[in-house]
Amino acid sequence: MMMPQTALLVGILTPLAVACLTPFLANRPVWRDAAGPIGGVVTFIAALKVALAVQAGETPRLFVAQIADGLAIDFAVTPLGAIFGLVASGLWILAGLYSVGYMRGAKEKHQTRFAAFYAVAVHAAMAIAWSGNLLVLFVFYEILTFSTYPLVTHKESQAARDAGRLYMSILVGTSIVLLLPAVIWVWMVTGNLEFRSGGILADALDPKMAPVLLALFAFGVGKAALMPIHRWLPAAMVAPTPVSALLHAVAVVKAGVFTILTTVVYVFGIDFLSESGATTWLVWLASFTILSSSFVAITKDDIKARLAYSTISQLSYIVLGAAIASSVAVQGAALHIVMHAAGKITLFFCAGAIYVQAHLTKISELDGQGREMPWIFAAFFIGALSIIGIPPAGGSWSKFMLMVGAVDSQLYFVLAVLGLSSLLNIYYLLEPLSRGFFRPKVRDVSIESHPLVVIPPVITALLSLALFFYVDLFADLASLMVAP
Amino acid sequence: MNDGGLIGIFLQNLPVLVVVIPLLLAPILAIITAPRVAWVVSVAGVGSAFLAAILLQSITESIGRVTYHLGNWEPPWGIEFVVDSATSLTLVIMTGLAFLATLYARASLLAEIKHTDLGKCYAAWLLASGGLFGLVATGDAFNLFVFLEISALSSAILISMGAGADRRALSAGFNYLLIGAVGATFYVIGVGFVYAITGTLNIADLVTRIADLGGGAALYAGFGFMIAGIMVKAAVFPVHIWLPAAYGYAPSAVSSLLAAIATKAALYVLARLLFTLFAGVPDITELAVTYVIVPLSLAGIFVGTVMAIYEKDIKLLLAHSSVAQIGYIALGFGLASSASVAASFVHICNHALIKGGLFMAVGGFVAALSSRANLASFVGIGRRMPITATAFTVCGLSLAGLPLTAGFISKLYLVRAILAEDAYVIAALVLLSSALSLIYLWKIIEVMWMQPVPAKSPNLVENPAIYLPIWVVALANIWFGVDASWLVAASRAAAAALLGGGL
Repeated sequence: MMMPQTALLVGILTPLAVACLTPFLANRPVWRDAAGPIGGVVTFIAALKVALAVQAGETPRLFVAQIADGLAIDFAVTPLGAIFGLVASGLWILAGLYSVGYMRGAKEKHQTRFAAFYAVAVHAAMAIAWSGNLLVLFVFYEILTFSTYPLVTHKESQAARDAGRLYMSILVGTSIVLLLPAVIWVWMVTGNLEFRSGGILADALDPKMAPVLLALFAFGVGKAALMPIHRWLPAAMVAPTPVSALLHAVAVVKAGVFTILTTVVYVFGIDFLSESGATTWLVWLASFTILSSSFVAITKDDIKARLAYSTISQLSYIVLGAAIASSVAVQGAALHIVMHAAGKITLFFCAGAIYVQAHLTKISELDGQGREMPWIFAAFFIGALSIIGIPPAGGSWSKFMLMVGAVDSQLYFVLAVLGLSSLLNIYYLLEPLSRGFFRPKVRDVSIESHPLVVIPPVITALLSLALFFYVDLFADLASLMVAP
Repeated sequence: MNDGGLIGIFLQNLPVLVVVIPLLLAPILAIITAPRVAWVVSVAGVGSAFLAAILLQSITESIGRVTYHLGNWEPPWGIEFVVDSATSLTLVIMTGLAFLATLYARASLLAEIKHTDLGKCYAAWLLASGGLFGLVATGDAFNLFVFLEISALSSAILISMGAGADRRALSAGFNYLLIGAVGATFYVIGVGFVYAITGTLNIADLVTRIADLGGGAALYAGFGFMIAGIMVKAAVFPVHIWLPAAYGYAPSAVSSLLAAIATKAALYVLARLLFTLFAGVPDITELAVTYVIVPLSLAGIFVGTVMAIYEKDIKLLLAHSSVAQIGYIALGFGLASSASVAASFVHICNHALIKGGLFMAVGGFVAALSSRANLASFVGIGRRMPITATAFTVCGLSLAGLPLTAGFISKLYLVRAILAEDAYVIAALVLLSSALSLIYLWKIIEVMWMQPVPAKSPNLVENPAIYLPIWVVALANIWFGVDASWLVAASRAAAAALLGGGL
């Protein structure tokens, strides 16, 4: 049996090992491509082990190095971290398989570089999930940005390079100009950067300054894609779809909201935040982002662009939960990390599968294609249900808890925002389906079958359903997160 | 006190050995024409200086401060060499980087300068190194001027050696000589003023007499001339104008040597003047740091960064970036708190590692390409020379301050020191400039890695003699990003020694 500490080490090092091995397997594509999913399975088992230990009340820890006094690289798994670790590693298995099918099917170049950086990004995501202090979180946050750059610019075209520039300048720019001083500020006033339940700032920070520090975090974490720093996410859609699916629907963006949620719960402490009233503005801004990006999504005809704006909207649900800063709301936010991940990766898998098999990228081209790709469209339907929040899909839990949290805090307008957002979701996520099944065909396309891009979305769609019925582990971890 | 034969003598004479070994070997090299022998002698010379500096560092860590009286003449009559925590740390950094640059120099110089010049080049190399080490180790204000001149003349020769590849090196060397001479003259005029009113040149002696005087027009004039002169040498904006061309057109090995140690020595002297020599007149030093050094360093940070963003030639780009990085170091000195001065020392070390490594890597590309390094010739070079390009990227990420690299530690401590002074505007400017620096770095990375190799480009050979030293520096950039305990502690001790007054 693995000790939780060993599991922690395995979970962080396995993706890195895959990344290091990949270049040596360049001439053996089968082994190279198998490395990802195999690594995913190992990492997921480790993450499960760690999560069960956390559920049992332990805190798996791993001390790596002392950089200087008060600055250490060490890992300590919080309940929230356990949730994110499970999500990132579990979906990596499927995304790894899918990625093989997609890259081969679409005949992309530089597949070895792609596979290597893909694994580095997962490594960074796992390290973020299990980081024991803000410094480690910041370090791997940056590594995640840099490791995804070659993936975003994978096509090496001018458009890809332009998108890469926008991606880097927003993500790295905000992190250096806003997030770094926020981290240093916490370091100065508390003398350490450790995550503790109940937060570390309550006695150290002047409550009047709390909104300022919170703003540095909220805007410094560009990966959370809060408006107006959301532009990088649609730009990143130029990447091959496996990147959009795992990274820009799960690992990267979830690392962003995870950072905000972690900061709120373990650095500020929700009691300190709700007492200081520091989060009112963030509730409004998150609500604005939820609605306005939904409106933008409606106008997008490109499938991936529409999904990207939908992601921006959904990320702000999590920020909203953090901003409400009540026990139920942050639990809802934590659960939404899981639910949205499963749902959105399904939608992206479907978008990529449609591209690989039928070379279609626009929603208006999907008219009448439903019967040509029934599995894909069925998976898309379930994924969309989960995003909208309709039972029996997992997404209904998190949305429900967010609503309860809003009512608890007497923020009734939030209910209206969430309700309206669901209606908009129904409109723009179900449109591709209605076109696919109820409109006459506009284009005849030949479908090339690639099973590896069809099976993963079907599995993640089933997962979205399963999460409605089997939510105990995640719910336990979420309630441990706010336990004193 | 001679208690251990040869080793005992070596230990007793450490402060002076750092300086005189390179200086004494230089004339020998001028007559050796065999490049390989000259190189071996240079490595031995700079290497033993490095060894001496490490020993000095361990001595100052345990007992604090070492002095040495040249020719056994008691100060204030004779020349004194003084090494405390600040001195020894600076010396370790400088000698260490000079040693690596010397190891690297052979293959790079072979590719870039005329073979008949190699002997002379190594002689000038040792003179420049020894002169710069002397600048740091000496405890005598006039002797400091002498070292200033030794290093300036020999550096001008080294820079002009770049003429084999690009004739613009000649005018760059000439400019360097002229502007450097103005700086040195300013400095020596200042020394004249101070000598006139105090009657001494020994720095320790000057410290107490200046404190006794407490002010006066002549003292202020002397202060102004000395500080202004050294600022020229340190390439603080706007008297940095010699630097871009000098680093840009010098042979790459020379650029890496000078970038790593030349301005660093002058910055050290600047701090020494401000915080030690003139510690007795706090009103004027405060005036100087608040109204001159801090605004000028901030201006330098932005001017250097913006110039680098628009530059297409890689070496000139790195040189402009040096102007900005010197700004960060000067800014830390300018804020004059113990935390900010310590942050400056951290960055002196880290920037030496970063820029030394980058210039060395560019030299590697130049040697293989046999053309100037610019954005056009860098297209797809990542796939043609992966070993060198990866090292370049590591040092570049360190320059941008990516976590787990040395540059990140610098940024962390500098920003923390600035925030501790409640200087929020300065903190914002520093962070903004640091984000801007990513633009020029990314311009290069994009061209190196994200563009296909041009058709029909010949295969390039990577030479281990070039890339091994580069990789040592690149790994040091990672090492000091992960375990900075020693550097941070040593920098704090250095700041304490500087600000504690007295020498």
